[in-house]
Amino acid sequence: MVKKSNKSLNKNITQLINKTYQYGFSTNIEKDIIEKGLNEKTVRLISEKKKEPEFLLKFRLKAYKKWQQMSEPEWAYLKFPQIDYQDITYYSAPKSQKKLNDLSEVDPELLKTFDKLGISLNEQKRLTNVAVDIVFDSVSIGTSFQEELSKSGVIFASISEAVHDYPELVEKYLGSVVPIGDNYFAALNSAVFTDGSFCYIPQDTICPLDLSTYFRINDQNSGQFERTLIISEKNSSVNYLEGCTAPQYDTNQLHAAVVELVALENANIKYSTVQNWYSGDELGNGGVYNFVTKRGLCAGTNSKISWTQVETGSSITWKYPSCVLVGNDSQGEFYSVALTNNYQQADTGTKMTHIGKNTRSRIISKGISAGKSKNSYRGLVSVRNKALGARNYSQCDSLLIGNLSNANTFPIISVQNSTSKIEHEASTSKIGEEQIFYFLQRGIGIEKAVELMISGFCREIFTELPLEFAAEADKLLTLKLEGSVG
Amino acid sequence: MNSNYPVLEIKDLKVSINENEILKNLNLKVNKGEIHAIMGPNGSGKSTFSKVIAGHPAYSVSSGDIMFKGSSILELEPEDRSHLGIFLAFQYPIEIPGVSNEDFLRLAYNSKQKFYNKPEVDPLEFLSIIDEKLKLVNMSPLFLSRNVNEGFSGGEKKRNEILQMILLDSEVCILDETDSGLDIDALKVISTGINNFMNENKSIILITHYQRLLDYIKPTYVHVMQDGKIVKTGSANLAKELENKGYEWLTT
Repeated sequence: MVKKSNKSLNKNITQLINKTYQYGFSTNIEKDIIEKGLNEKTVRLISEKKKEPEFLLKFRLKAYKKWQQMSEPEWAYLKFPQIDYQDITYYSAPKSQKKLNDLSEVDPELLKTFDKLGISLNEQKRLTNVAVDIVFDSVSIGTSFQEELSKSGVIFASISEAVHDYPELVEKYLGSVVPIGDNYFAALNSAVFTDGSFCYIPQDTICPLDLSTYFRINDQNSGQFERTLIISEKNSSVNYLEGCTAPQYDTNQLHAAVVELVALENANIKYSTVQNWYSGDELGNGGVYNFVTKRGLCAGTNSKISWTQVETGSSITWKYPSCVLVGNDSQGEFYSVALTNNYQQADTGTKMTHIGKNTRSRIISKGISAGKSKNSYRGLVSVRNKALGARNYSQCDSLLIGNLSNANTFPIISVQNSTSKIEHEASTSKIGEEQIFYFLQRGIGIEKAVELMISGFCREIFTELPLEFAAEADKLLTLKLEGSVG
Repeated sequence: MNSNYPVLEIKDLKVSINENEILKNLNLKVNKGEIHAIMGPNGSGKSTFSKVIAGHPAYSVSSGDIMFKGSSILELEPEDRSHLGIFLAFQYPIEIPGVSNEDFLRLAYNSKQKFYNKPEVDPLEFLSIIDEKLKLVNMSPLFLSRNVNEGFSGGEKKRNEILQMILLDSEVCILDETDSGLDIDALKVISTGINNFMNENKSIILITHYQRLLDYIKPTYVHVMQDGKIVKTGSANLAKELENKGYEWLTT
């Protein structure tokens, strides 16, 4: 009966929805942990454990003081219970921290974890031309191809290593793009960040490999506070990729990262993220709270920074990868797909600040909301008075799936001169039962139908992703959405 | 499946949506080679009838049966009914953003190929297949690169439906008010398309309000649907009579 077929359709859908998050396992490993809670002692202890130079301890303490005076931002269109910052572990590292000579010396239990995640740390990764740094809870456990890269003068290391090996570079640039007190979460990160990646591309160098960091939260009560710093010198260029996953817990983990990019004259940085933190179950229990500050500084003339993000995970996403266009003729780009399902909430977008002459920015944002989720684009295009001839093009498209999801756009445009040109386009569309039925009537199955509509909607973004990421993103989105239509 | 059975047989069908009974004991037999026109006032259940046969999930069948070549299809998913050979040309073809007509048509074609264990065609092969069919409905190849029904005029949407019908070569085609909103030229193109498509192995059910379409396509039978059931069946002349007298005389 039709009634039955309707039922079986629903059953099918439920099965698909309940497809488990395949990265939800956790790894049992001996850990070195600093007691839960945050006070000045914790900050000092982190610094001490990492044997940090004086300047960094000062940086951390200053940030901690700032943080204490600040309060959580409330302007975002997000709802979540009060976070208890004293109930979080700020340092959790796999034990056995003897210096590794080779990645083959990494704890086999950890290697297994990353094999399961589909990231191989061994040199076979070379085939795909990507050097990887792995951050597990609070520390980096290894970086591949360091030697290879150093031949061309490229430094790719964990930030902890960089603090010891290149303190003058770290001191010069850390906090130069995202100041200590920029916002509540950036201040928190500045006080307690434990690891992250550091990349330095010297003058006149095109980085021979794509660089990549893979973040993994393992511990149930740990926060992850990583710090990434990328510096691209005059006439250099680099492609950087970031991936993230977390185990499935019914409690929430806090992730508050800061990423700073600096592009000097004629430099070109392309930063791509596929974010797949655990997003909570279908009732909204658990999942990662993702509060991230990402900002790039186009300091030099004709420099370019491009952000591409595919946001599919996290129970809460608060993230605005931005560009500060100081150099004349510099360019900022933001390409984003943000997908929310079930009870996920995302408030994400970008800020483009035009300061130099003839600076250009381009924003393409695609929001997909399914289930009972909330998905907001928030953007600021700010053109200062000296940014003569600046240009911006923004396009914000929303796609609603089903009747219970929510999509918003909050674009703000502020222009302080009369020679600039700003364009903004927006659209909202919907995948509903009737569209699906149209596909079905033509003999096309529901999964294929959704896949086709989603990849059509996201096409402009996926073409910006590096090849291996694009294929992954396509699959990921389909997997996340399968069954949310019906 | 036996060729002695009618291609499509609707038996005492009762259908409701949200507890509202729309079809009340509907009966209809369609043999191959026949064209059935279904006419009737607004709200008599004509569109519901077409969607129920195609398996739209919003409707529930409370009793009765729908048989395709002697077997019930009530348990079948919409896509399987489509593969078996049931095609519905929609009254209001929906827009599908982000999906090109070419991809959509190829996927539909290949889904059917796959169902019958036939080789799927690659985009190049498909172009030569679709190119021929486009000519049959007088459409420019340019429209392949446009998104499905997006920004199509009323006439283009309807022609696109007929194009899909021809492409999928289905045995039973239900055309839900395919003639409404068409100018005379478009109506001629579409009627010619339908007539060329029709042969002794096919069956067509035309749902229409107007005699006009039946000037171009000659029905085997004309049925009048009222209040969820068929109240009168006749020859092509019945349509002319309806055109003159309206529907009221049937109930009084």
